[in-house]
Amino acid sequence: MSDKPDDAPAHCPGTQSETAGKESACQGCPNQGLCSSGATRGPDLGAELVKGRLASVKHKLLVLSGKGGVGKSTFTSLLARTLAAEDSNRNVAIVDVDLCGPSMPRVMGVLDEQIHHSGSGWSPIYVEDNLALMSIGFLLASPDDAVIWRGPKKNGMIQQFLSEVDWGESLDFLVLDTPPGTSDEHLSVVNYLKQLGGLSAIILTTPQEVALLDVRKEISFCRKVGVKIAGIVENMSLFLGGLSAIILTTPQEVALLDVRKEISFCRKVGVKIAGIVENMSLFVCPKCKK
Amino acid sequence: MLDGVKHIILVLSGKGGVGKSTVSTQLALGLKESGFKVGLLDVDICGPSIPYLLKLEGHEIHKCPEGWVPVYTDEDKALAVMSIGFLLKDRNDGIVWRGPKKTAMIKTFLSDIYWQDVDYLIVDTPPGTSDEHITVMENVKSLPCDGAILVTTPQAVAIEDVRKELTFCRKTGIPILGIVENMSGFVCPSCQDCTNIFSSGGGRSLSELANVPFLGTLPIDPNVSKSPEQSIIKTIPDSQTATVFKSIIENLTSQKPTVSES
Repeated sequence: MSDKPDDAPAHCPGTQSETAGKESACQGCPNQGLCSSGATRGPDLGAELVKGRLASVKHKLLVLSGKGGVGKSTFTSLLARTLAAEDSNRNVAIVDVDLCGPSMPRVMGVLDEQIHHSGSGWSPIYVEDNLALMSIGFLLASPDDAVIWRGPKKNGMIQQFLSEVDWGESLDFLVLDTPPGTSDEHLSVVNYLKQLGGLSAIILTTPQEVALLDVRKEISFCRKVGVKIAGIVENMSLFLGGLSAIILTTPQEVALLDVRKEISFCRKVGVKIAGIVENMSLFVCPKCKK
Repeated sequence: MLDGVKHIILVLSGKGGVGKSTVSTQLALGLKESGFKVGLLDVDICGPSIPYLLKLEGHEIHKCPEGWVPVYTDEDKALAVMSIGFLLKDRNDGIVWRGPKKTAMIKTFLSDIYWQDVDYLIVDTPPGTSDEHITVMENVKSLPCDGAILVTTPQAVAIEDVRKELTFCRKTGIPILGIVENMSGFVCPSCQDCTNIFSSGGGRSLSELANVPFLGTLPIDPNVSKSPEQSIIKTIPDSQTATVFKSIIENLTSQKPTVSES
């Protein structure tokens, strides 16, 4: 990204340049004082803080989907719970970066918890001994409270979630639940975490074309920002009345359960299929058993 | 801005995937069936679904001296559609924009489109309460905005997000036309028995809690998704979905007796 602001004078040397604020073009620019002070040349402080906090995290999994309501939060919770249950020495954390519609507190069953602040940072909510959760839902006074923020403010909040939460001893997995779309929240998370390595994305979809349409955009997002795609998950494939059978595969244990539209879709877009989670396996009408 | 538009209706929901776009298109198609001239504006920049739902993918936007010409669904020019989907070269292209760029795009949509005479402009929004919503709200405030229809599904997890959207409307002073509960049960095609896949009644209890009108419950109806570009009122007029849309449209249009039907 260029370090020249969009509204900079014609021959702006760029805010990171050695000569920032000192060129003849800088005369009369409202930012001349700031540039010449050298403050703009320092490293991004927020990114440094995130690095300090999360550098030791081995795996960072982004749960993405262009479309809303496909089960990102449900999948995140199942994935995190499975990861945590498999090995009690494994530390798992969830960060809910959906600021306008946080669902993780409900999905994890910790709706009325409060975040506490200590010298070492915010204490997340522990769902299990080795499973911690941070969500903006814990910071809102009432469930009616809306977070009506534009991008930059959301960016600030996400940076705080990534840098100021005290996750305790070293984390093995950091699972990030995202809002639908390819915008501020996603860019912020990727910007902060990409430098640390170990970041990969799991893309969630439902079988309908209208969902796949948005999911293709998410894949193109991952390609543009350079995030590795760990796999695609097709949710709500079939429906089982009342009862549901949940079979979960994680990207580590490559297992193909179903060869369906999704697979041809994955081939078409050239994504390696790492695993498929099939939720609610069959639809049986409770009355006529069809 | 938006000269010639008589009524603006926003379709909102805090939650994604609850059927905002489907409700928007059915509403637009239904209003068109009733003889109104309708505009449909898709401000979901990152995930535009309207072109797909109306089978208009691949159409292009043209410019004329008065502004951008929206895409019309048929010869009668009774339904005009605008979406960022028409501006993308490839349907796989993702739009990776931060807020200010999305804001600028929506402002262009609101100010530079030549809608001509439109009785109702339906605005389909993305999930959330952020840049897109703030921009639309700021710009339509001074215009003849009827209000917002909130779409929800019955689950608590959707209701929670919709409550936030209600607060958004209250804080920003957008009147709430009512709540629609979508996907409230699946009617088995072989025995007509209704299964509440995602529980039921959430929308109604929310509307009672928030003291706003409840507009009806829409079941999961494969017929709607089979031909999303056609009005359910026309294709299967006896279905529950059609009845609910009819009553919503009656509600909307009877409040404004000033509109002359063409």
